[in-house]
This record gives sequence, C-alpha cells and structure tokens, in this order.
Amino acid sequence: MKRYFCSFLVLISLFCSAFGQEKPTAFLNARIIPIIGQPIEQGILLVQNGKITAIGDARTVRLGSDVQIIDLKGKVIMPGLIDTHSHIGEGSGADGSAPIQPDVRILDSLNARSSSLQRAQTGGITTVNVMPGSGHLDSGQTLYIKLRDGANKVDDLLIYLSDGRYAGGIKFANGTNPIRPGGGNFPGTRAKSAALVREQFIKAQEYKAKITKAGDDKTKLPPRDLAMESLADVLDGKRVVHFHTHRHDDILTVLRLQKEFGFKVVLQHVSEAWKVADEIAKAKVPSSIIMIDAPGGKLETMDVSYVNGAALEKSGALVGFHTDDYITDSRHFLRSAGVAVRAGMSRDKALYGMTMAGAIMLDMQDRIGSLEAGKDADFIVLSGDPLSVYTHVEQTWVEGKSVFNRSNPLDYLTAVGGVGATNDKLVHLDCFDGYEGGQQ
Amino acid sequence: MNNTIFTAETQSRRVFYKFFLISLCLCVSAVIFSFPVRAQIAVKGETIWTMAGEPIMNGVVLINNGKIEAVGTAAQVKIPANYRVISAKVVTPGLIDAHTVIGLNGYLNQPHDQMALDGSSPIQPELRAIDSYNAQETLVEWVRGYGITTIHTGHQPTALVPGQTMVAKTFGKNVDEATLIPSAMINVTLGESALAGQGRSPGTRAKQIAMLRAELIKAGNYKGEPRDLKQEMWKKVLNGEIRLLVTAHRAQDIMSALRLAKEFNLKIVLDGVSEAQIVLNEIKASGFPVIVHPTMFRAGGETDNLSMETAAKLKAAGITVALQSGYEGYVPKTRIVLFEAALAAKNGMSQRDALATITIDAAKILGLDNRIGSIAVGKDADLAMYDGDPFEYVTHCTGTIINGKVVSEVLR
Repeated sequence: MKRYFCSFLVLISLFCSAFGQEKPTAFLNARIIPIIGQPIEQGILLVQNGKITAIGDARTVRLGSDVQIIDLKGKVIMPGLIDTHSHIGEGSGADGSAPIQPDVRILDSLNARSSSLQRAQTGGITTVNVMPGSGHLDSGQTLYIKLRDGANKVDDLLIYLSDGRYAGGIKFANGTNPIRPGGGNFPGTRAKSAALVREQFIKAQEYKAKITKAGDDKTKLPPRDLAMESLADVLDGKRVVHFHTHRHDDILTVLRLQKEFGFKVVLQHVSEAWKVADEIAKAKVPSSIIMIDAPGGKLETMDVSYVNGAALEKSGALVGFHTDDYITDSRHFLRSAGVAVRAGMSRDKALYGMTMAGAIMLDMQDRIGSLEAGKDADFIVLSGDPLSVYTHVEQTWVEGKSVFNRSNPLDYLTAVGGVGATNDKLVHLDCFDGYEGGQQ
Repeated sequence: MNNTIFTAETQSRRVFYKFFLISLCLCVSAVIFSFPVRAQIAVKGETIWTMAGEPIMNGVVLINNGKIEAVGTAAQVKIPANYRVISAKVVTPGLIDAHTVIGLNGYLNQPHDQMALDGSSPIQPELRAIDSYNAQETLVEWVRGYGITTIHTGHQPTALVPGQTMVAKTFGKNVDEATLIPSAMINVTLGESALAGQGRSPGTRAKQIAMLRAELIKAGNYKGEPRDLKQEMWKKVLNGEIRLLVTAHRAQDIMSALRLAKEFNLKIVLDGVSEAQIVLNEIKASGFPVIVHPTMFRAGGETDNLSMETAAKLKAAGITVALQSGYEGYVPKTRIVLFEAALAAKNGMSQRDALATITIDAAKILGLDNRIGSIAVGKDADLAMYDGDPFEYVTHCTGTIINGKVVSEVLR
C-alpha cells in the first residue's frame, strides 16, 4: 500500500507544481453562450487564476504557447447557473422564540459536506443563495455560496466582498407561513405581519440615527444590538431582502414595505406574479420564480402558473429562477428555463434568468452571471441546447476548477442517483483508491 | 324534407308551423350535439406514435363513434368529407398515468379535498376509491391538458393497506361517467412511510408483514357469512380476482413483497421500487410488472438510493414497466407523468420505451391493453396531440381527445 501512497504524493506534487505556475487554460471549439453578448460558434474561453481572461474565437483570442487546451467540440458552454433560493446544506435559521430574528445566521448551521451541495454541482449550479425557512416574518440571514469542490467547512464556500464581509442576504416572508394564530408573539393576520415588520424597521432607523449622531464619539454609540445591526445593513442596501411571497395582495404588501423603507428586495416565489406583473415592473423590483408542475399544494399557490416568467418579462421586470431545493431537485434546475419558454418566455430572457438575473439579485453582477473577461470562471459544459430535455450537464467549473465531470463514475452516480448516491462522500475519495485502513 | 307537400295538401297552417319548428329544433340540436359529442374526426399527424408498430409519418387517424376507425398513412387512409380535421406535428395514444392519487386528493391540500387516506386504522382494503373520486377535481383537468386520458388512482402510500384503487378516464361529469374499473387493485405500502408510530401497529417492518399474513390467513377461512367487507376483499385477493399494488422502496421491502406473494400465491404489481437495481434479478424472476417511481422523485429517507435510471434498468432487464406521477403531499401536488417519462428518455431509455411506460405498457399492467394504450382500429379514441417532440420542455400539448371527443384544446 505504501507504493500507492507514494504515487499519490507524486501526483499531488505534480498537481501543485502545475497549479503553482498558473498556466492559462483554453476551452476550445464549443458553442459559447456568454449571456452578455451574442453566442459564439467555435468559441474560445480562456481561463487563468480562476478568472476569465478572454472570450471570443480564433480571430479575436490569441493563445500563448504555454496554454493548456481542452477541446469541447460539439458542446455548449454557458455561465454557471445561479440558484437564488435553495435549502441545500441542511441549514437552519430562526427558532420558535420570535417571529423576527435578523441576528440569526444560516452560516452557523450549514453542513459544507452535505451531499446536497454535490447534487447541485451536477445540475450546473455554481452559486447559491442558501436560505432559512419561511415560517417566520424574518428567519434570519441567508448566505451566498460558491459550490467549490472539496469543501470541508462553511468557510470554504463563502464569497468575500471588497469590504471584507462575506456575501449574504436576509430572509423575510409574508402570507400564511409565518402566521400562527394563538402562537404567542407570532402574527395572527396579514395586517399584523406587516405591522410587526414595520415596527422593527422603524427601530432599525432609530438605531442607525443614533450611530450617525454619535459620529466619532464612541461613548455616544448605542449598545451593540445584533438584530439592529443586521437590519441597519438592510436599510443601507448592503443586505438584500429575499421576501417569500405568494398571493398578489402579499406581493403588493412587499412593494409597499419596500417603498416605505427603501431596502433592496427580491420577490421570492411570487406565485401570483402574473396578476400584478405591471405593478412589480413599475416598482423596479426583481422576481425569483419557481417552476412547479401543478397548481396548489397549499391555498396560497392555487393560482401559481408557469406563465409568471413570460408575464414578468412582458411587463419589463427582471426575472430569475430558483429551485427551493428540496421542493425541486437542484439536478433539474436547468429545466426551469425550458418550462418558462414553453409558457411564453423568450429563450434569451430565460437563460438570462438562470444566470445574469440571479447575479444582479445577489448584488454580484460584477463577478458572476455572464462569461466576460475579468469575471469569475464559473461555467458549465452542456451536451447540447440548454433548453432541450435531452441535454446533460457534463461539466461544472467554479473559479477555473472542475467540480463536476459526468465522465467520472462517482460524479455520475451523484448526477443520476443510485445506491450510495446520497451518502456524504469522503472528500476526494477517488484519490484514495486502494487505501485499506492501517496498511498504508 | 319536403314541407311543400304538407302545405299543398289541406294541412292547417298550425300543423305546418308546428312541424317546421320541430324540424328546425331537430336540425339545430343535431348540429349542436353531434358536432362535439359524436363528431367524426380525422387527426392528421406528421408523426403518429401508434405504439402498435413503427411510428407513421404523415399519418391519419379516423375517429368514429368514440372508437378508432382507421389508422395509416395519408395515402392509405382517405378522409371522408364530413369529418372534422385536426392537424398536429406529433400524435400519441392518450397517455396513461399508471399510479396517482388525484381525484381522491385535490389541489388545495385542505382537509376537505384530501381523501386518499383515512388514518383510523392501518388495514382498510374495503375503502373504495370510487366513493371518494371527484371527477371534476382541478388536478384531473390539469393533467388532461397535457394529454393524459387515463389514470389509475387510489389511496396514498402512507398506510399499510390504505384502500383500493380505480381506473378512470380524465373526463366525465361524475365518477360513473369516468370510471373504467371501479375496483382495480388494493394498495399496500411496506417500509418507513407506512409505519404507524406512537406505539401503534405497525411499528416495524416485521410487524407489517405479520399483520398482512394474519389477514390473509384469516380470509382463507372466511365463508362469506356474516358479511365482512374486509374479508370479502382479502378473499378476492386470495382468489386472484384482484391484485395488490405493493409500494416498496427499500430492497428488503421489495423482497418482503415477493415473499408474501409466494406464500399466498398472490398476484401483485410492484410499485415505487427505488432500490430495484439491487434486486433486479429477483424482480425479473417473479414475473411481476413494476410501476416505477417518478424519474424526478425526491431522494431521501427510504428513497435515498433511487435513480433517474431505475426505469431504464428495469426495462433493460426485460421487466414490464410503467411510470407514475405518484403521491405528493405538498408542492407540486401532482407530477405530470409526461414530464417524468421525458426525464426517463433523458436517462437511459429510448424515446419509444419511455413513451411505452405511459401508454401501451401502462395499459398492459392495468389489464386494459385491449381498449387503450395504442392507436389501433377498434380501440377507444383517446389521443394526445403535440406541436413537437412530446418530451421536449418547449413543446406544447395542443389537444386531447377522449372517447372520440375533443376534451382539451388549450395550449399547454
């Protein structure tokens, strides 16, 4: 077994030296759908140090002699998919003690080794907004993660912003989910729900005012309040509100709150968007929608429709998509675009919705969502037309590293399922082939 | 009709008008009722998947009096002048959902429309699906719009023996109009989802089988007096008059189902079978057909080993397999079996085999392949029409015909 281990070490060192040189990699001959800009036939995508350094074709991109070539003839490349609302990673948020808990972070509960993250990679998803549930008016802070490979702890998944913070939003909900008649301090009606939320935002405004007033005099600062800090970030536009909302009247309530407090908001689910698409567009508020195969399942979604994407597009509103995994399986996420087109959305806007629109909703449009020089090298390789049922996601790349390859047997098992597919696997298990406990 | 004869004779004006009005009414009603109800229809398809042979290119299906009158290429089948002509890119037999709970369960998911489980007792084979079926349920209309014309529906797989199943067309004002088989199979559920919990039985897998064996042994001695609804059903099971639809996901539950069938010489249909790949040979050897879990079914708990390729693997092993929309407790409240077949076609099945899982093979498993499941002369005129490959996300179902009647023309 020692022999295996030695050869493994040699492999590792080879890998490291190769990586240390930061050789550029060129992905050649695929049809590239960059989302921003026209599709490129026989395209070239040049990647180095986790970033896209050039995109174009043989006439516009010059390749150096040190470049590594990956030939993807007959394939399609598009940006990694962005799931703007998911529950992968087994995270949790607020507890039953109060309906509004802005201090609670899903960060503190996420299982970075969960196989649900690997399943999402096989679906072509590279960035995810992982959210706590909708049983509270505010169930806490959400986390934007990159589905990097080999993650062992949540820190390995974080996306750091220029000011040193990690990226994330905050989850709010209205309608019936947070309503618990007789549930102590939880709301019993929709009006009460709105009143409780307004109350907290007004407190946050006052908290912010105290900080402003204190200026440089630290003795005058209010005592640290984690909940208020979080809501102050929301009021400052540093933390996007992801607002679970279904019925048209609840949607309008979100727009009313947004107008009153000026926060950045993404409407989540928006099951009855088609009834108030013009109002949503007029408020310039984006919508993240989900494709559900039948109406109902709960009263609030009795009028949910595939047509939401088309209706919002027609009204001029920004549309993205989400899995709400476990409601729909991350492995089928690309299907959302196909079904939206079936119901009248344009192909371009549907693919934009799977990628760039999500980036805008997560405030990361400068880093992800399209294939442009300078952006993160997050992309997927497809076997054909992204809107065809027969198309498979064959490869997923995050920041220039392969995180899923359908030709790898373990990855294939995760992609299609089967015995052992949902067991949380050892990270890089395949490197240790031949290992037998204690004998190495 | 020559009214002038009557006027030329000495009939009074009154008689004439009476007669005229009656004839007018007859004519008008003939136009109104005969057109949609008893219409003779010719369906032209660029591709017709008859499922009774190779697909026909540029084909025609003639429908008369609710049945398929002729099918063939446009050159072979001449369209009579009085037939309404409907054109489609692709025509398939009306689709069959081999196992669902819609009609018993409704889309609102409120107590008043959830009739697929009575929780009072774990073994209730006497519960008839027809006594709960709502032919006008929104979900029935919903799936009809995607070309699904027949459903095998019943009680939900969350109790050991939750009740019976039935087979219905997805059209008809009421259960009597819709029903094809009022008592089709008896639902049996093995494994975790049928454990009673809270100290009640069945609390384990072994107890589930012990309870079923006890019922079957008791029914073996049942003489018919005094009448006992449970015993009557078990007796039918023992006599082979009615089959068990056994939902089992774990390999050990599938094996338990086969062991039970062997002990009592039962006819069963295996259902779900997430771990079929582990016991493929045993399933094959049993000869029982399989209604496999939806391709997009969620993996978790006892279904954590399911695969998008289960249907393909079963088919490749030579097992008769149908797909199902299954039971959903939340959102979506039902799946569309067309989409589940599409995903099977994406994951290892040929297009034809995937289509068979929701047409002819489903009909075979339900024992209805003499009436439905393929486009052949004399069969029920149940057709689905599409504006492209039925499996593609971006294709629409453009129309559905049941018993020769156009029952859906919305683009879906």
